[in-house]
This record gives sequence, structure tokens and C-alpha cells, in this order.
Amino acid sequence: MADEKENRVQRRRFLKSAAVGGLAAAVAPLTSSAQQESARPQGATHTSCGSDYMVDVVRALGIEYFAATPGNTFMGLHESVVNYGMTTSPDLRFITTMHEEASVAMAHGYAKIEGKPMACAFHATVGLQHASMAIYNAYCDRVPVFMMTGAGIEADQRKSAVEWSHTAVDGAGMVRDFTKWDDTPGNLQGFGESAARAWKFSMTPPYGPTLLAVDVRLQEDEIPGGNEGRPPVPTMPSIRPPSADANTVREVAKMLVGAEHPLIYVDRCARTPAGLKMTVELAELLAAPVVDSGNRMGFPWRHPLNQSRRFGELRSEADVFLALEPGNPFDLVTAKGRDGTLRRQLREGAKSITLSSAELYPKGNYQNLQRYAGMVDIAVQADAEATLPFLIEEVRRLMPAARSTYDARARAFAATHTQDFNDALEEAVHGWDASPISMPRLAMEMYEVMKSEDWSLLSHHYWQSSWSQRLWAAERHHQYIGGSGADGVGYTSPASLGAALANQKHGRLSVAVVGDGDLMFGPGILWTAAHERIPILYIVHNNRAYHQEVMQMQAIANRRQRGIDRAGIGNAITDPNIDYALVARGMGVYSQGPIENPKDLGPALRRAVAVVKKGEPALIDVVSQGR
Amino acid sequence: MLRMHCLLAAALALSSGIAFAQSAPVGDAVRGKDTYVRDGCYACHGYQGQGSNAGSRLVPTPFAAFAHQVRNPRARMPAYSPLVMSDQDVADIYAFLLTLPKARTVAETPLLARARRPKP
Repeated sequence: MADEKENRVQRRRFLKSAAVGGLAAAVAPLTSSAQQESARPQGATHTSCGSDYMVDVVRALGIEYFAATPGNTFMGLHESVVNYGMTTSPDLRFITTMHEEASVAMAHGYAKIEGKPMACAFHATVGLQHASMAIYNAYCDRVPVFMMTGAGIEADQRKSAVEWSHTAVDGAGMVRDFTKWDDTPGNLQGFGESAARAWKFSMTPPYGPTLLAVDVRLQEDEIPGGNEGRPPVPTMPSIRPPSADANTVREVAKMLVGAEHPLIYVDRCARTPAGLKMTVELAELLAAPVVDSGNRMGFPWRHPLNQSRRFGELRSEADVFLALEPGNPFDLVTAKGRDGTLRRQLREGAKSITLSSAELYPKGNYQNLQRYAGMVDIAVQADAEATLPFLIEEVRRLMPAARSTYDARARAFAATHTQDFNDALEEAVHGWDASPISMPRLAMEMYEVMKSEDWSLLSHHYWQSSWSQRLWAAERHHQYIGGSGADGVGYTSPASLGAALANQKHGRLSVAVVGDGDLMFGPGILWTAAHERIPILYIVHNNRAYHQEVMQMQAIANRRQRGIDRAGIGNAITDPNIDYALVARGMGVYSQGPIENPKDLGPALRRAVAVVKKGEPALIDVVSQGR
Repeated sequence: MLRMHCLLAAALALSSGIAFAQSAPVGDAVRGKDTYVRDGCYACHGYQGQGSNAGSRLVPTPFAAFAHQVRNPRARMPAYSPLVMSDQDVADIYAFLLTLPKARTVAETPLLARARRPKP
């Protein structure tokens, strides 16, 4: 208690001296967060304000970062992060963003690398409205995000018209359809318990974002009774996700071991590096081909059993088809005729099994669960990664001692994998010297400078016609994180930066190929990259259009038979062409481009990687083919 | 998977400076290049017909087969009628595709040649 009192006195002295120095501070150049942090006096930070307690709760959840664009309905919390969370251990670092959507997307990318949530906060109403699309992406991508927004519960405490405009009676309601859980705690004890519960729900498969609406007074006021009235910081149990029951595991294992043509499909299955290893172990035990959705690092790209280019033929041959955490089980097994009739894609007598946690937390309204998969035979409603150890054990137990059949199968798939790879090389030569630069050329020039590093690709390979997946050798969990989840544009640039933030402490080379359209949804993320000193190499896939929409517009114009030469209107990003290198430089990011000659690409990449390896962000504007 | 419709599809067209035995209607390659871009063929098939995940690579084929594919396509490519693409447009595009440079080989492309894997 005496220490607390002394701390408060020291804090007042510090604030007084800070006020005297305020003018100098106002005209001094901005320094990095780390420099500001080191200037803080020690031992002057403990007070009894509610938001300091909130910081302690957040830190107790293992959360290391707090991303936000400022807003006065969470200013108490903001001040506590800056003057308490960043000055006492363990560090809770404030990450400054320029749009609430960027805050959530950064947390989205971070969680896919680090396997745990980071915090982000939004201004009540308007800030949460900005954040909403990114929340939906995280929800559909099954990613944990710990979110807070301000709330002004007591009406007589709202001091201005703005504060009334920035108040909603049920603020969290706006995003309730696509968050796992929300709460508006009425006191600090409630905040602590709700925060722990939010974290627990967020980290229980299917993962998802959670939201606390936190009263402004609760943040800003002293704790009733001072620090003696401070509620305890809740402790967290070790979470054990739901796994399938023993009988079901036995049944599925028996089917897989007995199958002549087993096929495994992996989607958001490997939540952790251990999950990836287990997926490989299961496939190798069975010598079963694996098709990877591309939504995560589901299976090593150059593993001989990776047969992702052969899904159609393997599915038609399969007698047992196991899909692990499929995002769209309907499409995996069902063909739709033009007249609306449905036909099963599997051969007669084949069995289809899904093992997924997706439907353990269903909601209405948004249709992200996709169409009802009525042609699945067995739907195991459990977390795949949690079930894999039991499934592997059971498969191992049932596996016959003689493995010659399995070994022969593995050799055959190794041959087709190599064939597919070499075919990809043959295909890659077409357009190799073209300008705009072709996708295989971009992929191979990138890989040439990355392959000797501990690299991490933080953007979905689909938008570059999956050339990285076809030609690179991603093996580890952090080397690929998939895409947005809901195809909400504006995800890649900030999410990849959040993932790069997680990669930073591991010394990895973070690389993201971002669409020009995606980047222009929130170019302010480049400033965040520079300001927070986050090393990342951004490659702008500059096809000078919302390219997907160019194709769709041309198709619909054709269907209406009234000219197909105006698809660029409203879709092209030309006249003027945007100079992304100049935009980046304006935000303090090292940049090069526009690169139009493919011969210039390799040297530009080498220079940029050197910058990134020094701990800075870099950007290369590559004028590219559409896909 | 996203659905896309593109101008030219699967087993179709051409590339690479290969001459065809069957004579085509007289097309203008310069005009054909403009049309190929203006009408959005490049969007799925690439500026050099190299293809993408939205449209196949354009491989050598006689003009008759090419024109047939444009009007009555296989796979996911929609049909393009004379209302949106005249016979002359089709001939011009065909002529343009014939002028595209011959693709190099993997052996002539060090980044790719080094990556080649021996059969297991």
C-alpha cells in the first residue's frame, strides 16, 4: 500500500514535469514507440484507474499487442496502454493504425502466425462500423481476435452532441451476427471475467472474434475503494478442444485403412505447427493423396502425397473421402446441373466423411456455412486437430504389418507429384519475358531471393494463379497463412502486416503479394509499417484494375449482347496510373517501381530484401498480368 | 472457387509463332492486338495468351477450330456471338495470336531449369 502511494506521488511529479516540458515535446520530432518508451520514468505507473486494471487483465491473457486508431470512447484504455502497459512488464505494445479495419485485419494475420489473439479497440459506433468488414473476414476465416469498443452507458454523463452520436444502446449488436460472443460488463469484476470468457471462447474451435463493449466511466474512473478495491485478475484454464468420441474414431480409422483409394482434403485443419505434422503423419501412414484448399498451410507443398492439382480425378476414384475442417463441404461432393439438379461427385458406394468444428457454433443470417452438404455420409462434429492424435493412433493400430500396397501407392503418387511439378515448369515459360510481368515469372523471381531465408508468404496464392503453391516448397506452418476468409477486399495489406509483426520476433522474412485494389482500400497501413518498424516485403500485384470484376463485367455484358469493350469502366485503376512506389515513399517506406521489365525484377527484389532484413518495410510496385 | 467466364477456353487457340496449314480469313494482327485487349481476352488468357487460373493457355489450333471455340465454346468460357465480336474481329485476334513470340524452353530459362526435379 505504501508503495502504491509513493508510486502515485511519483506519477504526479512526472505528469507535472511532463506538462512543463509539453511545449518542447510538441515541437520535437516524433520518435519511435521504443524510444518514447525508454524515456518513461520507472515506478510511476501504478494507479487505481479502471483501465489499468483492464490492461492487467489483457496482459494476463497473454496478449502482447493492442492495435487501434484513436477514439475518445476508449481513451482511458488507450492512456493506460501507453502509460502503464508499455512501461511495465510484460509489455503491452500499442500499434497505431489509420483505420479500424486495419486494426482487426492486423490481429487477424497475427493470430494465424502466432496462434493466439492480439487486442484491438475501436471508437464506439463509428469505429466499430469501420471495423465490421474485417471482423466478418476473421469470423469466416475462423480466427481469434480480442476486440473492445467504447460504450457510454450512463446517459447523463454524455457531455456533448458528439458523445450522443457516438453512443449505441447495444453497440456490439451491429456485429453480433459475425462474432462468437460479446458482452457489456457493468463493473470491473465483470470486465475481468468477461475478458477471460471472451478469450476462452475466441480460442475454442471454431476460433472466432469476440467483442467487449467497455463503459467509458469504467475505464476512466478510479477504482472504487482504490487499489484495495481492485478485483482479482482472472486465471485461465488450459483449453481442450472437442475431439471425436472413441467409437467414431475407430469407425473412421477402419474405413481409411481398408480403403483402396482413400483421399484426404485439408482446409482450415492445422491450427498449429503440431496440427500440420499430424496431417502429414496420417497421410503417410495411409499413403493417401492429399488435396489442399489453400486456405491455410494444410499440407507441405512439395510433399510427394500433395496432389492438389488432381482433385477432380482423385475424387472420382476415391472410395473413402475424408475432409478435414472443410469450409464448403457441399461443393466438395456435389455437382450442380444447369437445371438445378444435384449429383454426387463420388463414385457409387464411396463414403464421404467430414471432420469439422465449423458447425459447432452455427449462426443464422450470414450464410458463411455454405449450402447444406446432404451428400456427406458421416459428419464428425469435432475439431480435426484435436481428433488427429486419436485417429492416427487407431490407424496405426489397424494398419497391417505388410505395407507393400501402401508403399506402392506412395511411390505412384510421388511420381505424379513430380510430373505435376515439372509440367508446371513447362507451363511457366509461356509469357516469361512478357511485360506486364507474368505470374510464374514473378513467383520464381521472388522465390530466388527468398528460398534461402526462413520465409513466410502472407497472402493467398490464388490471385497469382497459385504459381507459388505450384513452384515453391512451403513446408512449415508459418510459411503460408491463406487469405481473408470472406473475400472482403482490403484484407491482405493490413493482415499481412499483422502476421509480419508476429514473425518479427522469430526473425522470419515476411512477404506479401498485395493487389493494387486491396492496397488502395487502406494505404495508411504503409505508414503503420514504417512507424512501427515492422519488416515486411510488399509486392504490389499491379494489374491496374479490380481485375476479378473486369472479367465478370465482360461476362455479363456479353450475356446481354450489348458490347464487351467497356468492362474497364468502373473497374480499371488507370488514368492516372497510381505510382505505388511514390505512395510508399510518402509514408516512409522504402520502395521501387513501377517495375515493367521482368529483367529488372530480380535486382529490385534483392535490394528490397536487404532492406527488410535490416528490420524495415519495403515495397515493390510490379506492373503485372491480371492473374 | 470463384466463378469466372472468359473469352477463350481450354483446348482452343494458338500461340508461339507457329504457322498453320489451314488458311485463315485475312486478319489484321495490329487491329487484332487492340481487339484482344479492348474486348477483354487478356483478362483470362493473359496478354501473351499464356493463360491463368481464369482461362486456359492458348495452344495452336487451326482457324476453324479457333472460331468454333469462340462461337460455341467448351468448358466454362461463354459463347461470343457476332453481336459482340464480329467475324472480322475473330480473324484479327487470330492473326494477332500468330504474331506472338515463340516461348523459350525450360532449359533456356535458368530459374526454371534449376528447379526441375528428377523422376522418383
